[in-house]
Amino acid sequence: MLQLLRIELYKIFKRPRTYIAFIVITAIILLLQIALKADGKEYVGMMMSGMDDSFFAPPTEVLNGYTVCFIILNLLLIHVPILVALIAGDMISGEANMGTLRLLASRPASRIELLLVKFLAATIYTLALLVWVALLALGVSILLFGTNQMVIPREFEFNIIDTGDVFWRYMAAFAFASVGLITVASLAFMLSTFVDNSIVPVVGTVCVIIIFTILTQIQIPFYDSVEPYLFTTHMLGWKGFFYVKGEEGITIDGSVENLPAVLKSGAVLLGYSLLFLGIAIWHFRRKNILS
Amino acid sequence: MKRCVVFLLMMVFVQLNLKAQTAEELILKVKAKLDKVNDYEAKGKMKMNITFIKAPIATIKVYYKKPDQLRINNEKGISLIPKGSVNINIGAILSDAGSYDIIDAGKEDKTNFRIVRLLPKDENSNVVLSTFYIDAEQGLVRKAKTTTRDNGSYELEMAYGKYAEFGLPDKVVFSFNTKDYKLPKGVTFDYDDGSKKVTDKDKTKNRKGRVEIVYSAFVINKGIPDSIFSQGSSKR
Repeated sequence: MLQLLRIELYKIFKRPRTYIAFIVITAIILLLQIALKADGKEYVGMMMSGMDDSFFAPPTEVLNGYTVCFIILNLLLIHVPILVALIAGDMISGEANMGTLRLLASRPASRIELLLVKFLAATIYTLALLVWVALLALGVSILLFGTNQMVIPREFEFNIIDTGDVFWRYMAAFAFASVGLITVASLAFMLSTFVDNSIVPVVGTVCVIIIFTILTQIQIPFYDSVEPYLFTTHMLGWKGFFYVKGEEGITIDGSVENLPAVLKSGAVLLGYSLLFLGIAIWHFRRKNILS
Repeated sequence: MKRCVVFLLMMVFVQLNLKAQTAEELILKVKAKLDKVNDYEAKGKMKMNITFIKAPIATIKVYYKKPDQLRINNEKGISLIPKGSVNINIGAILSDAGSYDIIDAGKEDKTNFRIVRLLPKDENSNVVLSTFYIDAEQGLVRKAKTTTRDNGSYELEMAYGKYAEFGLPDKVVFSFNTKDYKLPKGVTFDYDDGSKKVTDKDKTKNRKGRVEIVYSAFVINKGIPDSIFSQGSSKR
């Protein structure tokens, strides 16, 4: 099994297109950081627009590494899942397209083993991409902008978190984001077991993410009842670690406003991942492999 | 017996003297204390209680220079400062006492503090009306209400201690009306944990904000460079 995993990882990381995701992420993050470094006042103005009638805050203090990382992650909401789908959606269908799937299935490893190894390889790629995002978005932002208290502008609330209370939240948020991205990977992976070309699972996953994200963010009451069932709603759960409790307006260090809801979102995402993987296994076991 | 008579006579004299103080004299008495201060640097803690803000207690440094320059810096974080906070300094309000009409509005029932209203003579002045509740005996402003043209109304409550001789309080409670706060969901991409919705609308409504500053130390009249007040922002 380990040998199989090594081979699958070798295949993933040997392909030049694997690195497209890393290059794209690097370009987006660096461009955002340069733009915010050069002229972040405008963006801070927009962030503070809900309260600039009553308060003043120096933009240079608001725009620190922690806040910049939060802004970047907010803007990468759709991009990273698309890049994950690019690889995960190719795992089975890519082999079928190249005509190597039948050869793979004829090896001593069972179909379930083969599928699990491929899924594990896709998961490792997803985690590697996330670590890269974390290093660039958080690490480079801290180097460029330094650290200070973190500002979280919300729809109806404005949270400020103490400098010493931020880092663990990012670690928790990245751990949560990995669960969300694995859900996306498992969806793309599942779709790739149904077809013999890579375009359908990749485009299909991207379409699902875009439509679900619109439904999650759209403020039409008609869709309120659907929202809790969309995995994209729960993918935003990483932000829950930055929503703090307060007592008479004072932030409580180490607190999370609604931890049970965040954990529930994590469980829902895990459930979806297992469901997609289960469907993939169920289908792949019965699949008539012709190519 | 003689001593008692002298003491009673003195008390009557003091009472008559206090009653005789006109509103103008009272303001001059307050101003005389404040005029001893050309500048100060104060350390303290600032606590905010505003419906839509959750923020840690701030360790602040307050810089003041005559006539009305004031800066509040958060030593370990973001200096989120209420607009109009210059009014936390009574000296700034009274910096040009000649430009106000001073009206005696009697005494407050509960505290017996003298109520003095200040009406700016300049029609275009940002301050529309200031009302001071003055402890006539100490010559200290205990409470002040200021209505401005652009930034709403402010209320100040002050408690004095070590620096009362300079008219500087140990504790200031600054109350003001906050305006609506709301950002579009399309900008914030909020995580909906399914628990809010009921209270959200209330959070956006105009409410009273409260900022409490407790000073731990003042450094008075040691000189403050003008550059302090121009760092990163204009006067607040």
